[in-house]
Amino acid sequence: MSTTLILIQILNGLQLGVILFLIAAGLTLVFGVMGFINLAHGVQYMLGAYLAVALYGLTGSFLAALVLALPLALLLGLVLEFLVFRHLYDRDHLSQVLATFGVILFLNQLMKVIFGPASLSVPPPAFLDFSFTLVDGLLYPAYRVALIVAGLLVAVGLWLVITRTRVGMLIRAGATNPDMVSALGVNVRRLFLVVFGFGAMLAGFAGVMAAPIFSVEPGMGDNLLIVAFVVIIIGGAGSIRGAFVAALLVGLVDTLGRTLVTDGLRLIMDPSSANQIGPAIASMLIYVLMALVLFWRPEGLFAAKVSR
Amino acid sequence: MKKLGTTLAAGLMGLGTSAAAEVEVGMIVTLSGPPAALGQQAVDGFKLALDELDGKLGGEEATLIVEDDELKPEVALGKANALVESEEVDFVVGTIFSNMLQAIFRPVVESETFLISPNAGPSTFAGRNCNPHFFVTSYQNNQNAEVMGAHAQAAGYEKVFMIAPNYQAGRDNMEGFRMHYEGEIVDEVYVPLGHQDYSAEIARIATSEADAVFAFTPGGMGVRFVRQFRDAGLADRIQFMSVFTTDETTLPAQKDAAEGFIAAGNWAPDAENEASQAFVAAFEEKYGYVPGGYAMQAYDAAMLIDSAVAAVGGDLSDKDAVRAALEAADFTSLRGDFTFNTNHYPKQDFYQLSVKQREDGAWITSMGDLVFENYGDSFAEECSM
Repeated sequence: MSTTLILIQILNGLQLGVILFLIAAGLTLVFGVMGFINLAHGVQYMLGAYLAVALYGLTGSFLAALVLALPLALLLGLVLEFLVFRHLYDRDHLSQVLATFGVILFLNQLMKVIFGPASLSVPPPAFLDFSFTLVDGLLYPAYRVALIVAGLLVAVGLWLVITRTRVGMLIRAGATNPDMVSALGVNVRRLFLVVFGFGAMLAGFAGVMAAPIFSVEPGMGDNLLIVAFVVIIIGGAGSIRGAFVAALLVGLVDTLGRTLVTDGLRLIMDPSSANQIGPAIASMLIYVLMALVLFWRPEGLFAAKVSR
Repeated sequence: MKKLGTTLAAGLMGLGTSAAAEVEVGMIVTLSGPPAALGQQAVDGFKLALDELDGKLGGEEATLIVEDDELKPEVALGKANALVESEEVDFVVGTIFSNMLQAIFRPVVESETFLISPNAGPSTFAGRNCNPHFFVTSYQNNQNAEVMGAHAQAAGYEKVFMIAPNYQAGRDNMEGFRMHYEGEIVDEVYVPLGHQDYSAEIARIATSEADAVFAFTPGGMGVRFVRQFRDAGLADRIQFMSVFTTDETTLPAQKDAAEGFIAAGNWAPDAENEASQAFVAAFEEKYGYVPGGYAMQAYDAAMLIDSAVAAVGGDLSDKDAVRAALEAADFTSLRGDFTFNTNHYPKQDFYQLSVKQREDGAWITSMGDLVFENYGDSFAEECSM
């Protein structure tokens, strides 16, 4: 295990963290502000990716697809909110989980009907179609650098919106004490609509950005959704700062864990046992991390002070 | 639509009269979730064969019932039970995935219904637990990896880096590769099933001294891994070898990222025999995409049933006669020579395949060197029936 490899893996971990952040940012707002468990957030990410595929097919330009996909993702989010989610805000979490799970099944199947079951792909924009040389013989695609930059820009932008604008103030207030916000004459329903639409757009953005790296297929958001929940639990529901730190943490632990655990085990046991046990332990690491955080800080690392 | 009509007509006739002069086939494949493309190939392949036979198998009117196992063992089991108990089908054709086959195996063969797998070929039923009612028209699961290992040995790769998902089939394929490969395995990495981002693994490959990679990353995993491998610039200096990673179900998404990558198999769409070329042309005409091994093996399964029903003159009540007719495999396989081993798994030729672009722009696997001739699996000798 060379230092170079560890440095490359740290870079990879940060990049995974940034993708996780893009997905978790919307989820943490919806969950933290509205107290609403939206399992369908993963399929909104998938919708973003499929929008990229469809719009790229129409326009032939990744940038055009990105620009067009964002309002469409927002619109689809609002349609879902209007048709399904707004009827669930006052219901218990079980109803929300059941209904949003139904949305997952429906939309996964719908994408299969429209686009077919096979994996699809979108090429990155031409001006990013080059690579940096990390070490001799290993290239790092410029698109991935752009992805990291985009993630950081979104993080800064969100932070500015949350801390510097009136809507951000209401969102923070709503996360802390929704009843008081409502009593002060703010239309909480409308606030929820804004938050939800914004969350859907962020998920869609993550989907578009992920499309050139990952394969676009039905169900692509389902696994990431679980990790995104881990991120917001570690970071503290409702906290953008928490989601950012936790996403990077989870990305690093997961990536480095997969490299280091098996190598570490090989030092103390024979290689074939290490190959058996290592991957199993590595895939558990982020959940162990979550359990540890829950043990010491049950509200998460940067919890918005929830008083309900 | 015409097919549906004949099937319906055949079905209605079956209701009215005794179902004596009629062949009923139940098909259980995966048609939901990401791997649905594989199941769809099998269904389309089988239906094409039925079409060419005018909706008949062995000269008898045929009914086909297609069921989706949803990649859930309990669903597969339920559908299999319904097929053999309520529908009383004569043949069950399935499955795509080995764990689904394991779920439906007992109830189907214990009801003495013939079970014909168009893809799944687990070691479980190839050796001691082989069964007189079970046939496979694909291969034993480990064989493609064995072929890849033999090719790596012959091609002289000295250091190979192996990568597979962390489950039974992943480990089986790595074992299979080792069987004929004698060079150094510099590392073997197991990733979670459905893994998204391979940059960590790609960094390890780049900093290892491997001159070739052996991958078993089926479906969407393969699409991501192949493209990321290409993007990282490794394809130019490290040979990519794989099984179930670059095939006709993944190439439409991989395209030029997989160019020149090597695979192993019993057939490719550019196989140079007349039957195969006619099949590929008819398939593309009808379904609008390139058939892969899944479609070819399902087509062969239909032709196998056709030959057996014809041989017994449509009398499916004598199970021993039907079995003997199936064992004879008296049909023209699209892959050329095809016989059944003592365990009812095929003995066939295996080739090294490579990914290339056809003249019409479609990406396909292309036939390369013959690696094994008339190759049986290593479990057959444990089978006694």
